[in-house]
Amino acid sequence: MADTTATDTKEHSPLIEKKDGVRRRDFLDVAALSAAGIGGLAVVYPLISQMAPSEDVLAASTTEVDVSAIEAGQAIKAVFRKQPLFVRRLTPTEIAEAQAVPVSSLRDPQTLDERTKEGHLDMLVTMGVCTHLGCVPLGAAEGENKGEFGGYFCPCHGSHYDTAARIRKGPAPTNLVVPDYEFTSDTVIQVG
Amino acid sequence: MSKLISARLIAILVGLTFVIVVMFAFFGGLYTLATEGFGEETAEHEFHKHPNEYPFAFNGPFGRWDVAQLQRGLTVYEQVCSACHSLKYVAFRDLADLGYDEAQVKAYAASQTVPGIDPRTGEQTTRPGLPTDYFPSPYPNAVAAAAANNNAIPPDLSLITKARHDGVNYVASLLSGYQAPPAELQREFPDFTVPPGLYYNPYFPNLNLAMAPPLTATGQVTYDDGTVATVPQMAQDVAAFLAWTAEPTMVRRKQTGWPVLLFLVFATVLAYLSKKQIWAAIKPKNRD
Amino acid sequence: MSFPWARQYEPATGLTKWLDEKLPVPRLVYNAVGAGYPVPRNLNYFWNFGVLAGFFLMLQIVTGIVLAMHYAANAQVAFATTEHIMRDINWGWMMRYAHANGASFFFIVIYLHIFRGLYYSSYKAPREMIWLLGVVIFLLMMATAFMGYVLPWGQMSFWGAKVITGLFGAIPLVGEPIQVWLLGGFAPDNAALNRFFSLHFLLPFVTLGVVIMHIWALHIPGSSNPTGVEVKSESDTVPFHPYYTAKDGFGLGIALLAYFAVVFFLPNYLGHPDNYIEANPLSTPAHIVPEWYFWPFYAILRAFTTDFILPAKLWGVIAMFASILLWFFLPWLDKSPVRSGHYRPLFRKFFWFGLIPAMAVLFYCGGAPAEEPFVLLSQFATAYYFLHFLVILPIVSQIETPEPLPYSITEAVLHSDKKPVLGENTAPAV
Repeated sequence: MADTTATDTKEHSPLIEKKDGVRRRDFLDVAALSAAGIGGLAVVYPLISQMAPSEDVLAASTTEVDVSAIEAGQAIKAVFRKQPLFVRRLTPTEIAEAQAVPVSSLRDPQTLDERTKEGHLDMLVTMGVCTHLGCVPLGAAEGENKGEFGGYFCPCHGSHYDTAARIRKGPAPTNLVVPDYEFTSDTVIQVG
Repeated sequence: MSKLISARLIAILVGLTFVIVVMFAFFGGLYTLATEGFGEETAEHEFHKHPNEYPFAFNGPFGRWDVAQLQRGLTVYEQVCSACHSLKYVAFRDLADLGYDEAQVKAYAASQTVPGIDPRTGEQTTRPGLPTDYFPSPYPNAVAAAAANNNAIPPDLSLITKARHDGVNYVASLLSGYQAPPAELQREFPDFTVPPGLYYNPYFPNLNLAMAPPLTATGQVTYDDGTVATVPQMAQDVAAFLAWTAEPTMVRRKQTGWPVLLFLVFATVLAYLSKKQIWAAIKPKNRD
Repeated sequence: MSFPWARQYEPATGLTKWLDEKLPVPRLVYNAVGAGYPVPRNLNYFWNFGVLAGFFLMLQIVTGIVLAMHYAANAQVAFATTEHIMRDINWGWMMRYAHANGASFFFIVIYLHIFRGLYYSSYKAPREMIWLLGVVIFLLMMATAFMGYVLPWGQMSFWGAKVITGLFGAIPLVGEPIQVWLLGGFAPDNAALNRFFSLHFLLPFVTLGVVIMHIWALHIPGSSNPTGVEVKSESDTVPFHPYYTAKDGFGLGIALLAYFAVVFFLPNYLGHPDNYIEANPLSTPAHIVPEWYFWPFYAILRAFTTDFILPAKLWGVIAMFASILLWFFLPWLDKSPVRSGHYRPLFRKFFWFGLIPAMAVLFYCGGAPAEEPFVLLSQFATAYYFLHFLVILPIVSQIETPEPLPYSITEAVLHSDKKPVLGENTAPAV
């Protein structure tokens, strides 16, 4: 480094001059570098976007379920977005149990009415995904452990849900999620 | 030094070996060519026609889909081609690209029968299609397809226009190109015949094609938009439709290309000016 | 390792000083592609292709990783997942076209890089190791590209895999067991597809490692230059940054314009329609050709049509491999004391009127059907190819009288009236 300046001849002065700063050159360099930066950033978008759900996955995100064959007290498991969906027809006793609980005492206060559609109080549609860490709770199939509150029971970490699928005991923070759905006829629901 | 010379001597010998062997083959080939010529002209070579050029709306760097044409092409596929050909990479939901709204796509899907499973018994059955289903295949498997078609399996059409040279024009030309073998062909190649079960078509590389003419008469299909369904019209419409099935992203691709190229022109000009500025100081003459 | 006048990295801030003591990455970059690397000032645009090759390697790695997120290497679904990428994955069509055409552009750039090396004899001492590593990179690229072409599991993929592994079947005695072992079966199927996928993923990173060694080896003698005269003084060089970063940036812009024009407007131009037909072990395409970048070597393979002591098939395989492997010996076959083709009249004639036309013929014939006159032409060109490298080059380099060289790079650039070394004629060649 030290001898750079010593050996400098006529040819090398321009290099030094550059350090003094020439306005137009600086402007062009900055512009060219910015263009390269913008180009690089533009490339990031498709690189990130490609990992988002693809069109076939998005298209498969609605599910229709025929609920006509479900007897009171029974539940079926359907599939919504590759996850279990519990559809349960409540018995009058179960409805009464759910309505008897004081809402203020709940960890995630919601009434049964809020969790069902108008005129279909007995039709409880929830995701079969424990809100704690995502296991599938028991209680939808015949003979499974329904937990201390007669709804669903998650065996992974012991969350108990009541007959309205509300969290009553255990680590889960919220009630089983009620997905967006609607009755397209009296017997068919469309989820998603 | 002598070691180096001998090493290069080995290289020269190896090189000459390859040269001798390949020249041996060369002169053998030359002798064959001299005595036998280039081989007889074949009917396939002389009478095969290259596809005609059609003015499709999606041609060229600014091409767009002609949605009405794609819809007509779908009609032709559904009423004619789908009897024998599958379209297995295309889903009903994709038809939204053809200008159909959600309800229309759903209705179209429901009008199609797709394989399903009886939820009660688990038996193979059929059910109305959903938008997420793919176009059903006319045959359950390749063996059935071969058996029903004299051993010539009708190819899947999803990618057909990409799977042939100049595919869109090829499909349109082929479908409207059936004819009797020209008299000239019979004169030049008296041995040439159209075997039973095959059909003469100059756009097909072998000239004789196993597919019976699928489009035969004006009005064979009825278009919703009232276009008269002549054979060339149907052929071009279904070719356009198959261009879309082969690459539904084609127009999006071209439309993405323009901003990218324009940006690059801009960036490259900047890079050039910047480079010129940087080099100007040390270049006595601008000489690369 | 570098010229004494190379600028030294001086960390300016506290953070860079700290980093320079612990892990001097900024210093490495500064000395590799920054102001700390003095480069001959007279490099022409043929010297852009090294950087461009590095760019396309990285592009292939990035797009390849993206595609691997969506592709499934299973013969049942490989073709369908490729179509899934084209149709349903967000920007999947762009990623795949970018990757497929990226391979082609990588080869275009590499062929121009090799052309540069051959014309300016960049392979000569003291740069033999750079050249040897370069040939290794080229072989790795060819293997990677071949295996990548198998992955979409189209007709050309399948039959390409069958034909290329069939080359090993030409080896006497052990050939057939080797072919079966390579494929993990008697024909390409799941086993072959899976291992090709695994290796196709691995080899680019091996290539990257060799590329780093290639660049390392380059920094020991420094870059060659169009005169072939070694750097003598500081006035012969400029710092890589900003001079060549700017020049490479412009070159990259031009390359990207050509590349994206193909990706967005002619993405299937360099491919083959038959690869949009799913692999069918029972039906061979009418006209099997490899991708364009293999055509010269494919032409050499097919040129050997006559048994001559050994079977023709074996001759073809040996010649095809020999045609590339002989590049390893170039630094020792060409003993001319002068590097640049600019100053080698006889070499230049054989290069332009022998090697280049022969390569053009081999390129063309490799993609043409195996019929006359293409076979005869490729036989003639193949003969010249071997003659050129193994016979002409050693002899010419021995007997030719080079034209006078400029005294230095500076003189070549500035046309100063310093006396030339070898006689009166100072007119620059070409």
